[in-house]
Amino acid sequence: MSTKLTNAQIAWRAAQDLPDGAYVNLGIGFPEMIAKFKPEGREVVYHTENGILDFGEAPPAGEEDWDLINAGKKAVTLNPGAAFFHHADSFAMVRGGHLDVAVLGAYEVAENGDLANWSTGPGSVPAVGGAMDLVHGARQVWVVTDHVTRKGEPKLLKHCSLPLTGVGCVTTVYTSLAVIDIVERRFVLREKLPGMSFEELQFLTGAELIAGGVADLIVPEI
Amino acid sequence: MGKIIADLDSAVADIADGVSVMIGGFGGAGAPIELIHALVERYGRTGSPGALTVINNNAGNGAIGIAAMIDAGMVAKMVCSFPRSSDPRAFTERYLAGRIALELVPQGTLAERIRAGGAGIPAFYTPTSFGTQLAEGKPVAEFEGRMYVQERWLKADVALIKAELADRKGNLTYRKAARNFSPLMAMAAETTIVQASRVVEPGAIDPEHVVTPGIFVNRVVEVPDPRQEEALLREGSR
Repeated sequence: MSTKLTNAQIAWRAAQDLPDGAYVNLGIGFPEMIAKFKPEGREVVYHTENGILDFGEAPPAGEEDWDLINAGKKAVTLNPGAAFFHHADSFAMVRGGHLDVAVLGAYEVAENGDLANWSTGPGSVPAVGGAMDLVHGARQVWVVTDHVTRKGEPKLLKHCSLPLTGVGCVTTVYTSLAVIDIVERRFVLREKLPGMSFEELQFLTGAELIAGGVADLIVPEI
Repeated sequence: MGKIIADLDSAVADIADGVSVMIGGFGGAGAPIELIHALVERYGRTGSPGALTVINNNAGNGAIGIAAMIDAGMVAKMVCSFPRSSDPRAFTERYLAGRIALELVPQGTLAERIRAGGAGIPAFYTPTSFGTQLAEGKPVAEFEGRMYVQERWLKADVALIKAELADRKGNLTYRKAARNFSPLMAMAAETTIVQASRVVEPGAIDPEHVVTPGIFVNRVVEVPDPRQEEALLREGSR
């Protein structure tokens, strides 16, 4: 077992928790990878903000239809039973509590479930897309992320320092080192890499970890 | 009924300086490229319409469509959720130079504000953006133990929309995910101008299949084989 999970391995771990029959929105970029690792035999219907339910994989190169894209502007295909709808209906599905799971990336997550993932502060062009809507309404809001920044600083914190996407919205964080649920405004450790001690993980986390029945975080080589 | 307009130039001929223009599309899907370019050409020829407020999910890509409007200098302000794209140069340059204004709106709030504008609802409450910078200065209220932000309707003088089929009465269908904001914008604009790939006789669209009823549509111009913004960009249009 290596010292930390790759993004593909984090995506694999999150995918194992997708409930059968769930309606799921995967955020642009890293979270999209989760679809590849959905366990056999489970049916998941994917929602995209721009008005499709039940889209499938990317078409082969050269067969793209650019009127058939996901929120990341990538070409997709349709599964049997897919539906088109306009943007207000699409976000009614989001805010109205009809999605089971939304998965997003993060710059920072606070122990009370606050998420910062849309702005690194002044000096660039701000862009929010659908992130602020997605964090409200889905029954579970998951974050997939490296446990620390490129500089090695914790991304899981007592309080976010960057502009917030939503307040108290995250329910589970799948990181390169651990699986952590947010329960009553605390980080509750569910799984950690077997090669790492609780103290080592706590050192890389910016708020107190609560140890429940901690299991080993085991993922395949991908 | 007289909603059918013979050509693109006539369809956009009376759009005035300083008005607000909703433009359908999400990225390239649904972007009414021919209508936009007719407006850009008119601006190049006559210097009008300028100082426009443009409402779209994005803020242009490459140098065509909305990016061409921005490059031409016709746009004073963008209202959008995501002013980034694979090539956001046109907007980014002007924004960082302080030459174009930006109202950033979360995507679902943008859609609902437009819907509210078309539905005669001046304000509504949404959980989106509560406790964030984008809620600053807005009234908040608690409903059933949760906090919500008040958002106001968004209306426009003009909407430019791409449809698949249109009949003479203005009933519309769309193609796949090119639908996105267009049915909402058609409701929220004073004058809704549609480019349709095919204009058919009333009755040719099954009433069960009409997405935008003709009451929301003022003008229709037929543009057979319309260009697709994303496809154009990938072919190397700049």
